Amino acid sequence: MSAFFLELFSEEIPARMQSRGAEDLARLVVEALAGLAPVNVRTWYGPRRIALAADVDSNVTAVSAAERGPRANAPDQALQGFLRKHSATRGQLRLEGDYWVLDKQAAAVPARTLIAGAVPGVLRRMPWPKSMRWGGVSTFTWVRPLRRVVCLLDGEIVPFDLRDGADDGHGIASGQKTEGHRFLAPGAFSVIGAEDWSAKLRDHYVLVDAAERRQVILAGLDRIAAEKSITVVDDPGLLDEVAGLVEWPVPLAGRIADEHMDLPSEVMQVSMRINQRYFATRTPSGAASPWFIFAANVVATDGGAAIVAGNERVLRARFADARHFWDLDRETPLEGRVPALDHVTWHAKLGTQGARVVRLRRLAERIAPAVNAGPALANRAAELAKADLVSGMVGEFPELQGVMGRYYALHDNEDGLVADAIRDHYAPRGPSDPVPVAPVSIAVALADKIDQLACFFAIDERPTGAGDPYALRRAALGVIRIIRENELRLKLLPLLDAAVSAARKAAVGNAADMAGEQVVRALNSNPGAAMLVGSGQIARLTRPVPGTDQHVDVLAFEILEFLAERLRVQLRAEGARHDVLAAVFAAGGDDDITRLLRRTDAVSMLLRGADGANLLSAYRRAANILRIEERKDGPHTDAPDSTLLREPAEEGLHRAVIASLAVVPLVHDEKYTEAMVEMVKLRGPLDAFFEQVTVNAQKPDMRRNRLRLLNQVRTTMDHAADFSRIEG
Amino acid sequence: MTEHPLSFQDLILRLHTFWSKQGCVILQPYDVEMGAGTFHPATTLRALGPKPWAAAYVQPSRRPTDGRYGENPNRLQHYYQYQVIMKPSPDDAQDLLLASYREIGLDPLLHDFRFVEDDWESPTLGAWGLGWEVWCDGMEVGQFTYFQQVGGIPVALPSFEMTYGLERLAMYVQDKENVYDLEFNGFGTKYGDVFLRAEREYSAYNFEHSDPAMLTRHFADAEVECSSLLKQNLALPAYDQCIKASHLFNLLDARGVISVTERASFIGRVRTLAKSCCEAWLVGEQAVKD
Repeated sequence: MSAFFLELFSEEIPARMQSRGAEDLARLVVEALAGLAPVNVRTWYGPRRIALAADVDSNVTAVSAAERGPRANAPDQALQGFLRKHSATRGQLRLEGDYWVLDKQAAAVPARTLIAGAVPGVLRRMPWPKSMRWGGVSTFTWVRPLRRVVCLLDGEIVPFDLRDGADDGHGIASGQKTEGHRFLAPGAFSVIGAEDWSAKLRDHYVLVDAAERRQVILAGLDRIAAEKSITVVDDPGLLDEVAGLVEWPVPLAGRIADEHMDLPSEVMQVSMRINQRYFATRTPSGAASPWFIFAANVVATDGGAAIVAGNERVLRARFADARHFWDLDRETPLEGRVPALDHVTWHAKLGTQGARVVRLRRLAERIAPAVNAGPALANRAAELAKADLVSGMVGEFPELQGVMGRYYALHDNEDGLVADAIRDHYAPRGPSDPVPVAPVSIAVALADKIDQLACFFAIDERPTGAGDPYALRRAALGVIRIIRENELRLKLLPLLDAAVSAARKAAVGNAADMAGEQVVRALNSNPGAAMLVGSGQIARLTRPVPGTDQHVDVLAFEILEFLAERLRVQLRAEGARHDVLAAVFAAGGDDDITRLLRRTDAVSMLLRGADGANLLSAYRRAANILRIEERKDGPHTDAPDSTLLREPAEEGLHRAVIASLAVVPLVHDEKYTEAMVEMVKLRGPLDAFFEQVTVNAQKPDMRRNRLRLLNQVRTTMDHAADFSRIEG
Repeated sequence: MTEHPLSFQDLILRLHTFWSKQGCVILQPYDVEMGAGTFHPATTLRALGPKPWAAAYVQPSRRPTDGRYGENPNRLQHYYQYQVIMKPSPDDAQDLLLASYREIGLDPLLHDFRFVEDDWESPTLGAWGLGWEVWCDGMEVGQFTYFQQVGGIPVALPSFEMTYGLERLAMYVQDKENVYDLEFNGFGTKYGDVFLRAEREYSAYNFEHSDPAMLTRHFADAEVECSSLLKQNLALPAYDQCIKASHLFNLLDARGVISVTERASFIGRVRTLAKSCCEAWLVGEQAVKD
């Protein structure tokens, strides 16, 4: 075993790329050195370096490979050619079957040779998100200029350089010198291996381990928090980022000027986090504390006084700017900002935020009664929901959309429920973000997402593969989570239909406004979009809603299917029976998600029992027979004729089938567990039927009758779910 | 901080002296209005082609939308950038930069200097590069870029570009909270004595009194002039028209008369001019060599 060590020392690597860079390096090195069977692979990363150590074999064991030559009876010319090609003699060949075979013995390769040959290629293949050129004409690129390469095997340099033909590779060659902290320990020094490197860098004010830097920062946060009796706002993402910005973290605390302490805490926090990478703190009561904590990268000669003063000064300027917006924004009531949304483009093909707000108001008002919200409040909240987008503060900090709207609404004495809905209508913003629970907030949050889905479906901008530029999957999951976690009973199709209708008008109206005929023609040629007939009339393709006499837009169905698919993916992620959901959805296209889930639960429960599992096999057997026989003489949908029943098992199944019709009203009444109890009673008679009865009877009328019987079993069971879609 | 902090003009003189010693040509500001020092032909055009080049200069930068009628202590519609370009980028570019900060009184053992990721892109110039914001105690004191592409053309030799925001840097060095309180000359003249009135008047002009119809005509004129000059292979005069068009677009933008879609189209038009000028510049360089 030999100890391999590689360090790539460069100008500052963006914090967000470091850990990924180390992972990629490890993957590429392990691939390239596979012949040396690397084990115990360790990586390090930080602002100016990524490094890797591994234990490797000292050389590649000689590999023998059998080369098959010409047939034994081939002309001598062919054999001579083969020998020449491999510089072999006839005596080295052996016969294997009809062929000459040469056992080639590859020479053993020392690890140092293999590494020297492989590492330059590894460096060229590093998949940095963005690479750059620097200095001269070399085409060797790196995330930022690469300055040194340390490459050691058992303490000795593995010699190579980055030249490539005429390209000088920036004159970089492997060596054993690295550098420590830029200011605290300038200059280069030699290392002989991973441990030596790590220890010497510590002496040169560099902690090579990101986890240790993180720990030092965390300890500093805790120490300062304890000293000042405050708590630090938990922010693991920020902690990781800061650990990637410093080589020698020195946590320090600064004070926020008193005159800025009345700013909304979210404003302070966002400014500190996004602009400055500072940690916000709270008093024991949970209010914003006047202290902020940050990590410097230097042990300053004055103990950090100038650094703290400088950072306080920067924050004062930031907060002065924020205060300017905060004061100015409150001079205009939110309501007064709504008209300005008519000049803000939401999407080029869909028109303005102002037009969107008009749609949201109608939709939120329509959803309101179904979620126990006051329609007038939902309408008002939707009206004001986007107004903060044209406020100065949100212009400066887009992250504060909604949050500022709530503050400004409260300042305007709007209803508290309206104010909360303005803030919460964006929720959930991600999989771990809580969903709104207040009825008015729910109404606006659902309207926001349903309109988004309807609009982008209307212009045929649907997610494809990994691409989802308008975050429609997130919107769909948002709808699902809001409904599921609040156990809402909503019939989605009529809502989707209303949203789609408004969305189509927006798309077509906007297209006509924007570029007239041309765009309209484009829309016409697009099968997913609406068609213009005569003077701006929109012809809509509709489909009947199952079990009703209503028709809704085909797009509403497609969005419902999209929602069902997201729900299925979500269930799969949770480890639940996603195939059962698909089967239940396929059975009736139910647009009530809560009901869909309850039904899925009941069917899953059924399938967990032995009876259910057996019933499923019997169902499949019945379905298979029907599929084959239907090819011969079409469907057998008529009711079985009881006079044609001969065998006892046949009669038994007939009785069971009639009894099982009880499933239908139970499913209708959403008594799914009871429905399953009824359905599972089919199992015994069905098993007996298959054991004792030949379906394809000699007499055609008896055969037909038996097929009708099986068809009834399938139809009854399909009321609960399309069992043919269930896996396993 | 040093005991007697540098005046605004002394800070500029120190930087001139420092970069002059590094072999930079010390230029004077370009005499066409522009939004940033990068637009100066000494950067945009000279960044292209295989000839080494090093220059430093102060460039007045006009950002009409940033005007605040002299009422905001941190925002100006006219301010000074100190711009350095070195082609090819020297291996010790970061060290040179830090040395320049020492030169104006910022000691890296007393202050916290960082290089924080900041990819630079100019859609109007069809240019991009990778580099950092340079932070001192949490404040951005400069922008450091390795140019990769200019005018839509990949550079033959990557340049190092450094931009210092002089007012902000001076406020830090002099410990001033308001830009108008900066010591300009060290003899009692403040920044506000020199520029406050201009900020008020230009803010009024930019936001209220410019004539959008006329500016739109001027933009079209500059575009036409640029194209016709390019037909004569006069890259430098043509590029002046491109800079003018860019500034006219900024004035129209400040006037609030450009919609989102129009905005993209204006930027695209300026980029087309910039690309053509850059191509013409390269053709001319080739001709000189032959």
